[in-house]
Amino acid sequence: MIQANRVTTDLQQLATDVVTKARKAGATDAEVVIREGDEFSTTVRLGEVETLKKSGSRGIGLRVFVGQRVASTSSSDFTSEGIDHLISGALALARVTSEDPFAGLADPSEFGQLDVDLQLYHEDVYSLPTEKRIEYARRCEAAALSADTRIQNSDGGSFDAATGRKVLANSRGFVGEYRSSYCSVSTSPIAMGKNGEMQRDYWYSTARTIQKLDTPESVGVEAARRTLRRLDGRRVKTQRVPIVFAPEIARSLVGAIFEAANGDSIYRAASFFTGKLGEQVAAESINVIDDGTIVGGYGSSPFDGEGLPTRRKVIVENGVLRTYLLNTYTARKLNMQSTGNAVRGLAGNPGIGSGNLYLEAGTFSQEEILREIKSGFYVTELLGQGVNMVTGDYSRGASGLWIENGELAFPVQEVTIAGNLKDMFRKITAIGNDLVFRGSVASPTLRIDGMTIAGE
Amino acid sequence: MTTTTESHKRYFFEKFGLTERLLERCLGEALSAGGDYADLYFESVSATSIGVDESLVKSASQGVSAGCGIRVVSGERTGYAYTDNLSAERLLHAARTAALIASGPAKQPVTGFTETQSPNLYPIPAAELSSDLSTKLDLVMRADRAARAYDARIKQVRASYSDELKRILIAASDGTYASDTQPLARLSIFVFANDGNQATRGTSGGGGRVDISYFLTEKTPEHFANEAARTAILQLGAVAAPAGDMEVVLGPGWPGVLLHEAVGHGLEADFNRKKTSAFAGLIGRQVASSKVTVVDNGTMPSRRGSLNVDDEGSPTQETVLIENGILKGYLSDKLSARLMNMPHTGNGRRESYQQIPMPRMTNTYMLAGEDAPEDILRSVKRGLYAVNFGGGSVDITSGKFVFSASEAYLIEDGKITAPVRDATLIGNGPEALKYVSMVGHDLQLDEGVGTCGKDGQSVPVGVGMPTIKLDRMTVGGTGN
Repeated sequence: MIQANRVTTDLQQLATDVVTKARKAGATDAEVVIREGDEFSTTVRLGEVETLKKSGSRGIGLRVFVGQRVASTSSSDFTSEGIDHLISGALALARVTSEDPFAGLADPSEFGQLDVDLQLYHEDVYSLPTEKRIEYARRCEAAALSADTRIQNSDGGSFDAATGRKVLANSRGFVGEYRSSYCSVSTSPIAMGKNGEMQRDYWYSTARTIQKLDTPESVGVEAARRTLRRLDGRRVKTQRVPIVFAPEIARSLVGAIFEAANGDSIYRAASFFTGKLGEQVAAESINVIDDGTIVGGYGSSPFDGEGLPTRRKVIVENGVLRTYLLNTYTARKLNMQSTGNAVRGLAGNPGIGSGNLYLEAGTFSQEEILREIKSGFYVTELLGQGVNMVTGDYSRGASGLWIENGELAFPVQEVTIAGNLKDMFRKITAIGNDLVFRGSVASPTLRIDGMTIAGE
Repeated sequence: MTTTTESHKRYFFEKFGLTERLLERCLGEALSAGGDYADLYFESVSATSIGVDESLVKSASQGVSAGCGIRVVSGERTGYAYTDNLSAERLLHAARTAALIASGPAKQPVTGFTETQSPNLYPIPAAELSSDLSTKLDLVMRADRAARAYDARIKQVRASYSDELKRILIAASDGTYASDTQPLARLSIFVFANDGNQATRGTSGGGGRVDISYFLTEKTPEHFANEAARTAILQLGAVAAPAGDMEVVLGPGWPGVLLHEAVGHGLEADFNRKKTSAFAGLIGRQVASSKVTVVDNGTMPSRRGSLNVDDEGSPTQETVLIENGILKGYLSDKLSARLMNMPHTGNGRRESYQQIPMPRMTNTYMLAGEDAPEDILRSVKRGLYAVNFGGGSVDITSGKFVFSASEAYLIEDGKITAPVRDATLIGNGPEALKYVSMVGHDLQLDEGVGTCGKDGQSVPVGVGMPTIKLDRMTVGGTGN
């Protein structure tokens, strides 16, 4: 870890200039964030280019403190007049906010950034010629369309790329900058069943470099497989059976564990994890980790939204809650230390977000997990947002496949699954060995007992 | 040409140095490689937000952004580029980038613009948004006090007031020339209750294309605060929601989100042009009970989903989607109306200049029927009465949709009994409304809270509905 206070680029110079000006104009502390990015996206549908989009934009955000009062402004106007407006606006707003003893930048001793190359930026994402990018989208869709005669339509194949630069500077000496890149290829085929019913599914690959992207063909073939297996689905009766969450669905439960431990809900006593540090909150086999330091990770960054170095935290260890997730403000409210989980948009106060968040893999293959189940539901898609993080009540639309005598038997749709997260975390009875990061949050296959399926 | 349109336009001309000559040059450049159509969408947004939390004003923010999106359409192909630098050089560069979609001889835009005639559906604030900060501050403090005063078990209150003023100017190669100034304001309350045994939450909020006086006279902070507090307290005594198929009564107003998910999205023209919607090819067919008539109406004064002109510069309108159960039409933008050879309904919308417009809803609601709400409840032997919802979503292709009840009650022998905990309701779009057996005479529109997401783009919308009864719907609880 190093304390990097050298100003090395134009954007860093601009950021520190704005910090200095804000201080001169009357701010006791100031923090500036600048974001600059280029994006490209194209969609090919039924073999023809449907959309082609290419552009760039930038924005600047300022947070000022006047004593214990805070306010913020943001703008896309980088002219000196625009910057003056940004500063005077923030100071005017700070006059109407309240004195909050917990407000303020982090202590200077906490600032820092990782000294390793996290490999978040790869030139090839943006240097790939447009025709090549269109080819990725086209090949991906074509692979899905040619997989089966029941697939005659599609929502298209897409290729997206983005590169960005983020600068953060504050009046307590922190200056940091990093670049990142991202690319993805995806397709969403539509299949038709026996009675004319249509089903759509989706598959994708994302990476920080073109080199690590799955081949468009493999993505297309997987999208087709996922779509076809949904055809001719039925409803099932209302009942209570074991539910197996496919990895891409299980990750939302890992996200729920993070949210339950989010310091903002904890200090308000508005989470069911409040006061549960050191207590059993999940099955003993559960380990959940948030790590912002993984080289090349989608959720990695050298510093968080307040200029603190990112780090690795074990949130749940053998089912016991070990830490809350905190930024500077929530840490002060709880008389704890920030965990380096601050996230900062252009406007407003920092929030709390995860780095690379995952539930540690277990030892069972998916087949082994299914084999133990006489009758159950393998969930491959969830619909809606029916999760109440205050009470833990969980009720969502679901589709997937019915498990009969240890094997996937037939597709199921138009049912809900419901339970309470407090119980669900404790009733995770099997963990798969299939942990793969396809984004910043990942989970292996999970089996949960005791939930209710509502259907016919 | 009205004087207000003139003033919307003048803003861009004065602030960014735009001229009609420059707009014409950009359109010419956009069509320099051919294409059927090009348009320029200029947008300037200023927004403020102020929030009270733990009875302290912990946040105040203000933001400005401006930019232009340039689109070139060639057949079914769309090229798009945007810039947040409105200099002539950057605009012409963006036009050339968007033109990459086409590959043919240059085309000429039509000569001369025709200004879109538009109504004045909403007030234009006289002063800068940041000018009446003390009034906004007072609104959120009042909300905080009212929620805390409601019940001692209300332990946490967050209230925020946000508003924005969006100015747009649209010029297109077909001669379309339109501009508008669109206010949008919202007061939001979020409370936590705790009785020592359990914690619950309650939310409320509303607003529309209104100025701040709306919150002083029509819907006060106390109104919203009491509503949020009431819901949280109610939840303290809630029992498990039932599970399975049953009769469901939906209350008036925001439960109209059912229509938005079950039929609205499925009737957006792009999905039907591509035949990816469960409603594709069903025009003229029965998709709901004969008691159901659903419209989308962008012309209602001050409503959150209303627009004087859509984001392609076309006037908005009232469009009948379902009439007495029969599917009548789709919601279209310019591209889908042209390609499908169908009526253009003025529903082309986008989140910002960074995005390509597409068919979207405005205010979507079911017309009133003849039943008395009391009779509807009385007719239910065992079922669920849902009066408020968190939100919903839909799989356009399969038609399966969900929406999550945040305030609901058991109905037993025609009487409302216990409140139930949060539960998701699920159904199939083209089928669900066939089970509507009673429609109340109490049509209400929501209070102005809806934000609709599609392809990653969020736009403000409205919904509405009278009390209705569905003979069958699946309720996703855990109880019996």
